[in-house]
Parts: sequence; C-alpha cells; structure tokens
Amino acid sequence: MSEAVLSAPVKGRSLWDDAGRRLMANKAATASMVLLAALVVLAVIGPYLVPFAYDQVDKDDVWLPPLQGGHLLGSDALGRDLLARLLTGLRVSLAIGLVATFVSLVIGVAWGAVAGYVGGKLDEAMMRIVDVLYSLPFIFFVILLMVTFGSNIVLIFVAIGAVEWLTMSRIVRGQTLTLKNKEFVEAARAAGLSRGAIIARHIVPNLLGPVVVYVTLTIPAVILAESFLSFLGLGVQPPMASLGTLIAGGASDMELAPWLLVFPSLLMVLTLMCFNFIGDGLRDAIDPKDR
Amino acid sequence: MLRYIGRRLLIAIPTLLLVITAAFFMMRAAPGSPFDSDRKLLPEIEANVLAKYGMNKPLGAQYVDYLAGVARGDLGPSLKYRDKTVLDILKENYEVSLKLGLSAIAIAAVVGVSLGVMAALRQNGTTDHAVMAVAILGVCIPTFVTAPLLVLGIASKLGWLPTAGWNDGALANMVLPVTVLALPQIAIISRLTRAGMIEVLRSNYIRTARAKGLPESLIVRKHALRAAILPLVSYLGPACAGLITGSLVVEKIFNLPGLGKFFVISALQRDYTVVMGMVIFYAALILLLNLVADLLYAVLDPRVRLA
Repeated sequence: MSEAVLSAPVKGRSLWDDAGRRLMANKAATASMVLLAALVVLAVIGPYLVPFAYDQVDKDDVWLPPLQGGHLLGSDALGRDLLARLLTGLRVSLAIGLVATFVSLVIGVAWGAVAGYVGGKLDEAMMRIVDVLYSLPFIFFVILLMVTFGSNIVLIFVAIGAVEWLTMSRIVRGQTLTLKNKEFVEAARAAGLSRGAIIARHIVPNLLGPVVVYVTLTIPAVILAESFLSFLGLGVQPPMASLGTLIAGGASDMELAPWLLVFPSLLMVLTLMCFNFIGDGLRDAIDPKDR
Repeated sequence: MLRYIGRRLLIAIPTLLLVITAAFFMMRAAPGSPFDSDRKLLPEIEANVLAKYGMNKPLGAQYVDYLAGVARGDLGPSLKYRDKTVLDILKENYEVSLKLGLSAIAIAAVVGVSLGVMAALRQNGTTDHAVMAVAILGVCIPTFVTAPLLVLGIASKLGWLPTAGWNDGALANMVLPVTVLALPQIAIISRLTRAGMIEVLRSNYIRTARAKGLPESLIVRKHALRAAILPLVSYLGPACAGLITGSLVVEKIFNLPGLGKFFVISALQRDYTVVMGMVIFYAALILLLNLVADLLYAVLDPRVRLA
C-alpha cells in the first residue's frame, strides 16, 4: 500500500451521509423528488409559458375539449385555458403548503422545545393544552375562522398552520427530552449559557432529523386542507385558482366537461403522492429501525 | 376504572367550555347577523326580533345566558329555520350522518385489517406491494376527488347506482358515499395493521407459539392479531375526526340530509345557535370516543393500568 493512501485522512460517514445513501437507494423516493422538482419548476415558470392568462375570459372558446383551439387541456365555462389555470393553481397550492407548514414549524418547534427542555409544571401545562386542542373538531374552527374574517390567502396560511403544529410540538418535545441530558447540553450549561441560548443553539439544530421528516408529511396535509376548504367554497376565491377550487369547479361541470375534473384531480394526486413518498423515504432513511 | 372514567369526564368539562367559548366569540366576531336579508327590516321590527332572541343584551350577558342554557340541555332555537330548535335539527339529521360514519368505519376496519394482515404475512411479496400501493393511493386521493370521479364513472356513465340522494337510506344510495368515506380510512388502517403485525410476528412469544407447534392460522388469529391491532385503537379518535371532515364533503356531493351540510350553510348564514350546537355535538362526540379508545386500550392490553 502506498504512502499516499495511508496518509489520506479517513473520511468518516456521518449520520447524514448514511441517510442520504439510503434515501438515494429508495426508488420511489428518488423518482418522487425528480418529479416534484419538475412540478415546482412548472409551477414557478409554467404560467409564463402558456399563451393564456389564468383569468383570461374568451366568450368564443367555451367548453373546448383538450387539444382544441390552442388550448392544450381544453377550456372551461368562461373560455379560460385549463392549463394556465392548472399551473397557477399548482403554484398557489404549493405556496400555501410551504408557508402554512413554515408557520406550523415555527410554532411547533418553539412550543415543543420549550416544554421539553424546561420540563416540570410548565411542560405539563403546555402539553395539556396540546392534548385539549387535539381533541377539538378542528375543521370547524378553521371554517369558523374563514367565515369570520372572510377568506383571504394570508388567513388560510395562518389558520391551517395554526392547526398543524400540534403533532410537530409533540415530536419535538419527545426528542428534546432525550437530548437535554446529553453531555454537550450539560457542557453548554456548565459554560454558563442561558436557557434560551441552549434551546436555540444546541437543542433545536439537533432536532433536524425528525422535523424534516414531519415537514415533508405536513406539506401534503396542508395542501389537502386548503383544497378541502376551497372545495367547500371557503378557501381561495375566484378568479384565483388552487387545485381545490379547480376540482370543485370541475366536479360541478363533470357531466359536460369531464376534463375539467380529471386533469386537476390527477395533478393533485400526483403532487400529494410525491410528498408522501419522499416523506416515507426520508423517515426510513433517517430512522432505519423500522425496516 | 369507574374513578378513571369519572375523572376523564370531569376533565372533559373545561375542554367543552373552551370549545364553546372560542366558537361563541368567533361566531359573534363575524360581520353580519342572522337577520340580514335583502329587504331592510324596520328598526322597530329589528329591535323586536333581537329582543325575542335575547340578542339586545350585551355580548357577555348573552354568553352567560347561552352557557346556562347548555347546562340545562337547551341549545336554543334556530335563528334561520323557523319553529325549529337546534336540538330538533340535531335529532332529525344525526341519523344519516351516524349511519354513514358507522358503516364506513366498520367496513374500513374489516377491509383494512384483512389487507394489513395479508400484506404483513407476505412481507415484500406481490400482495404486500399491491396493498401498500393501495394504501398510498388511499391517503393521496382526497374524498372530494374520489366522490365526483365515482359518481361520474359508476353512477352517470354506467348507471349502476344512483348519483345522489338518500332515499331513506336505501342500500343502493349508501354504497357510493360509504365507499368514498371508507377509502382513506382503509388506507390508514391497513398501513397501521401491517406495521403492527410485522413487529409482533418477530416477537419472542410468537416464536414460542411456533415452537410449540401451533398451526400458523391459530398463531395469527389468536396471538398476533390481538397485539397487532392495538395501535388501531388509539387511531379511533383521529379516525372519527377524519370521518366528520369527510362527511362534510360527502354530504354535499351526494346531497344527503345529514348534519355535515348544515354546518357550512349555517356558518355562512350566521345561524349562531345551530353552528354552536354542531360544534358542541361533534366536540362531545370526539371527547367521548377518545375516552372509549383509552378504555378499550386498557382492556386489550393488560400492561396498561388506568390511574
């Protein structure tokens, strides 16, 4: 063996290297990642590539089936291009999914980390609140919120995000409990760091694994919740489109124009499936004990 | 056990109170009133109407009145449906929702558990992959997609089943709504069962049972299944919440006379009392089911002690 090889530094395999390798070996997850990346690109630049605007009404081209009159996927009752609406809807749904998940992430991580780290009475009280909120028929409160304040997009973000943080806080608390007695936390405490600093700098970064997994599973749940609201007429308001409003519109015209139902449904299912496969793949990769 | 039930019921009271308070003030914060209509009411008439429902008092007093009413079991009159109390509306319509929900969960449990067990017994085989594919699809295809697609395909195009309506709960009318409600639950239940079963089948006492020479079918049915379906019991509460959410959509699409469709309409019409009644009803239902789930868990798993 040559000198050079011997003296080369040994490259260790970190937890994340291992996880990355396992994730790449998961065919469903890799395929979903590629597909999802394509969907995101389409959602971002797609609307500029279609020669129609999502709200462009055309009285002469109503109810066109796919591939007619320059409308690749057909047009709706007002002659609006389905492809343009679909891409805009995908963009809106993805944006809602990301932003609302971020809201839930911030609340859930802060709540869970504080409860878990401080412990004692505070922990008990905070987790009791989560238990109580868990047992509420939440969809009713979201519906009430939408009715009360009118449906605007910001409110949809906040309402759904505020509902989805509960599980996140439970996961984070559990993880924090195991972390807080580790040596590096003890060292930080011995070094005189304040509680807030320990939580922010030592606990939260180490929560990354389970949090990442749960985030990928929350995004589809949020997209689903938004479409559900839109389906009931409480979410995104016309002429704006989301996958939910498109499916709702398609469902009411399905006898006349089945393509208006089929294409948005397919896109919705495809998007949700990608997220779920990636989430499952990540979970198996990061926490391989279930295999 | 009785003391545990008593304590849990006591904890449920503040929870319900919180639900009532939040819903009450949110509903009242909404712009508009139940008496808005295209024709403007004369001020005197409006004052009379408000006085009749006690809505001329300050909000705090109305809240106290409402709580007192709830404590007496009186949910008040509907503000939109004349001559009907909220209890009337609940009584007249809960049956449809209950029938749908119970059928869906029963079917989901039977089908889901069977699929899950089949998949676990042939782990990584074709059956397993097929079942898991179904499970993924079931989670990813929302009810508001399956419902219209099934109506379009099976009811409209093929004409095998009625497209909508209740028809006094005729079997043909129930097939599609129940299927739509059950599908996502089947997906989740089969996944839970499969995971539980795979874990249990690896455990020591199953090895012991095999070593004793017990037939495999007996081991699966008697030894493994009981432990494997434990996680399902704790899923009962979320499942119920999922069914309620689903029934809002299903009752709308199939135009069924259930409770679900009242909620959205009443919220939009500012029918305060009906909305509050629904919220209380469903919250109580979920709390009760969570309690039942915990009790069942303790019965099935002797290691759990209720204190």
